[in-house]
Amino acid sequence: MKAWFAQTRAEVRMNVRRGETLLLTIGIPVLLLVFFSLTHVTTSPALHRVNFIAPGILALCVLSTSLVALSIATGFERSYGVLRRLFVTPLGQRRLIGAKIGGVLVTEAIQVLVLSLVALALAWHPRGGATGALEVVALLLLGSAGCAGIGLLLAGQLRAEVNLAASNGLYLILLLVSGIVVPVSSLPSFVRHVVVGLPSGALAEGLHRVLGQGRSPTTADWVSLAVWAVLAPLLAARTFRFD
Amino acid sequence: MFRVQFNDLIHGREVDAPSSQSSLDEFRFTTQLREINHVVKPTEGPKGSLERLGSRVVSNAVEMRNLTVSFGNVDAVDDVTLHITYGEVATLLGPNGAGKTTAVETLLGFRSPSLGSVRVHGLDPVRDHREVVARTGALLQRGGVWFPMTPRQVLDLTATYYEAPRETAELLTLLDLDRCARTPWRRLSGGEQQRTLLALALLGRPKVLVLDEPTTSVDPEGRQVIRDIIRAERDRGCALLITTHELDEAERLADHLVILHQGRVVAQGSQLDLAGEPELIVETSGPVDPAALAAILKCEVRSDGPLRVRCTIESSPERIAAVTTYLTSIGLSMVSMRTRASLEERYLDLIADERKGTRP
Repeated sequence: MKAWFAQTRAEVRMNVRRGETLLLTIGIPVLLLVFFSLTHVTTSPALHRVNFIAPGILALCVLSTSLVALSIATGFERSYGVLRRLFVTPLGQRRLIGAKIGGVLVTEAIQVLVLSLVALALAWHPRGGATGALEVVALLLLGSAGCAGIGLLLAGQLRAEVNLAASNGLYLILLLVSGIVVPVSSLPSFVRHVVVGLPSGALAEGLHRVLGQGRSPTTADWVSLAVWAVLAPLLAARTFRFD
Repeated sequence: MFRVQFNDLIHGREVDAPSSQSSLDEFRFTTQLREINHVVKPTEGPKGSLERLGSRVVSNAVEMRNLTVSFGNVDAVDDVTLHITYGEVATLLGPNGAGKTTAVETLLGFRSPSLGSVRVHGLDPVRDHREVVARTGALLQRGGVWFPMTPRQVLDLTATYYEAPRETAELLTLLDLDRCARTPWRRLSGGEQQRTLLALALLGRPKVLVLDEPTTSVDPEGRQVIRDIIRAERDRGCALLITTHELDEAERLADHLVILHQGRVVAQGSQLDLAGEPELIVETSGPVDPAALAAILKCEVRSDGPLRVRCTIESSPERIAAVTTYLTSIGLSMVSMRTRASLEERYLDLIADERKGTRP
């Protein structure tokens, strides 16, 4: 427990001190939130644009931290031999991955706080009440687990440079096709059918329903997120390489 | 004989009767320990001491038996057998690609043997990985630290992984890292990084220390620090396996030398074992005709560089006098003389023979 706690604290410290991670986890989401809330470059199902954009941006926080930042940082840790060295200490794979997930969750809590404050400053009116808040937490946790699994899967398999490109490419694609800033109804019909199958799609959809419409997520949202939350980390743990 | 007996005890096989009173005493002591079957801390002791691991007693800290590690059709390590006892320093020598790092990585559980077996503290490094690394320190090639972290921070963090770690402040002083204790990793010199990695390897009070090229990019002063630590660790009963290209380091430190070439053991043993046949190695002030000297000494003489000849013959005052007289007669003098080949000379001979395929 002591090792896990110390490692988690170190992960958080490194996350908040890394300039590129801050840009990815705070800078870009704030920029997108403000830009898409104040301009009309995309359609919005909500009358007040920020009420549609803010839940999507919360989904983007999970995507940027759990998947992209985690994947890139872990890929470079492997490339620089940090993971090799950790392999010959008693830290162990479970505690290392546990600490990474802990670090991700703390970073996401900071992100959600900062972005919620920015959104509220843009006159965001979240809906859902207390039940909705619990549903949001559950959605964010499941989404984080699924995205972290995908991020570690990439980091455990690809060379750091290839992983950097792949993670950023995936980030851009998922940003555009997951209903985060572009409404799913504006997407081509074949994309609309697969969105709920993506962890980011199911997460954004669920958050839009709770925070935008005051309704519960659909069964399909929960099932999709739960499947990703179980399968992706399992697959990552089975295929993860330290060198 | 003694080593075999205790290995056999561990594996529960029938053992030979002890051959002397002292080994009989140790035999009884070990048997009692097995019967008591209690958890005890590892002992600290001199070379060849026993280690208690739970209810088991192990004499070999590291044991490779007919180890083969293959990548596709290539055997990076080919049928290597090696034993290292507690309190012993063994070095793996060999050219690049000889299989040293692969052997070390297999020892640390990065990969499983293709054939044969590896045991560290009597444990399987893959199956019992956590127990093995808790008692083993390792300095790896390409083993890094998070760039923004300082030596003090990474030592403090890594100390939380161990049950009874050494003090960070003590290790910083021991490895002469006090001055750079607050410098981020990316700004440390190569030598400072290497010493930080060694400090990390020592943090858990290891009973086996694996050092993969520990003196790479370390200045002479830093090398001396590392040498002193290696000796101190050996003296407290730690087993050390060191891979190196630095033959003078190996000559200074090793109790047991293993020379690898293309994954195979070319030679292994003590420095005396590897010294080869007695020779007369003479450095001269000018070039010498080996044939003329061979005629005088009635032995094989070969040039080993422009100003050195190696005579395959044991030294004696008469032979030394004969060489001196000959050199004086052609207007030269003797600069130095040795009666055994250095480790570097033996190493180069063995590797050259391997490459020519002249060794059996």
